[in-house]
Amino acid sequence: MTRLTVAVEPERVQIPSGSAQLDPESRAWIEGLRARGAEHARALERLHDLLLRAAYSEAQRRRHLYPEIDGAELDDLCRQAADDAVVAVTRKLDGYRGASRFTTWAYGFAIFEVSTKLRRHAWRGRSIPTADDDATWDRLASGALAAQTRIESTELLRALRRAVTEELTPRQREVFIAVALNDVQIDVVAGQLQSTRGAVYKVLHDARRKLRLRLEREGHLEREEV
Amino acid sequence: MSERDPLTRLLGTPGDDAGCEGALALLAKYVEGELAGRNVRELLPAVAEHLRNCPACAEDYEGLIALAREQRAGS
Repeated sequence: MTRLTVAVEPERVQIPSGSAQLDPESRAWIEGLRARGAEHARALERLHDLLLRAAYSEAQRRRHLYPEIDGAELDDLCRQAADDAVVAVTRKLDGYRGASRFTTWAYGFAIFEVSTKLRRHAWRGRSIPTADDDATWDRLASGALAAQTRIESTELLRALRRAVTEELTPRQREVFIAVALNDVQIDVVAGQLQSTRGAVYKVLHDARRKLRLRLEREGHLEREEV
Repeated sequence: MSERDPLTRLLGTPGDDAGCEGALALLAKYVEGELAGRNVRELLPAVAEHLRNCPACAEDYEGLIALAREQRAGS
């Protein structure tokens, strides 16, 4: 397997406070990853093996979504995901507080990495939709009408469309149109904007809040208690 | 708004939302709590809210709970 060079000095990684309550397996992981020399290298290698298995397992679970990605291409994505997940786990080890098993916590990084890579790989070569034209809104209206939900109100859709134009910043509009209107995966948008999932989600969240407030002010949405 | 409501898909829900980083930081605890039968939507409401609003994190949650189940079955 590929040997990893992790840019964190082992002596700077502390066992979290409250670690006396860690289960023995989680404690062994933490001790190995904060050790020096050969013990540290062995722990990293075990961690890589664990996260590579997790990445393959998750890729397999999502296979129906990305049937075109397989063979050496899939192997490569899973290996990259495991490499990046090991780096992320090592960097964030101080943040592990033992609230879950160490392995469950670490799996989260492998799943995040492999899911992001699969989504971006599947989208490669395509551009992100930027249109909020009539066809986009008509499609939304017909889908919503079929579902017989509140959005069947043509007036509400018109008001929402006006609010998108008048309330949102250019970046908020770009993200809202891609993610909310056109169902582009947020990781794909983040990749194309050279941003992160969390940062793009924050833009979307702020845009949605502005739109809800406008629709509430205009009487199209009931004010919801939080 | 229900989870499948198209309006929710467009506008999200108005509750307290942990955001992607906040939710992912607590996802392992959320998953293990759920597998242990705890009411994680009450214990970690901002994570639950985020999983309603963010399909990417919701898919990651599905993956993590599947792996955690396998782990429990194997231990």
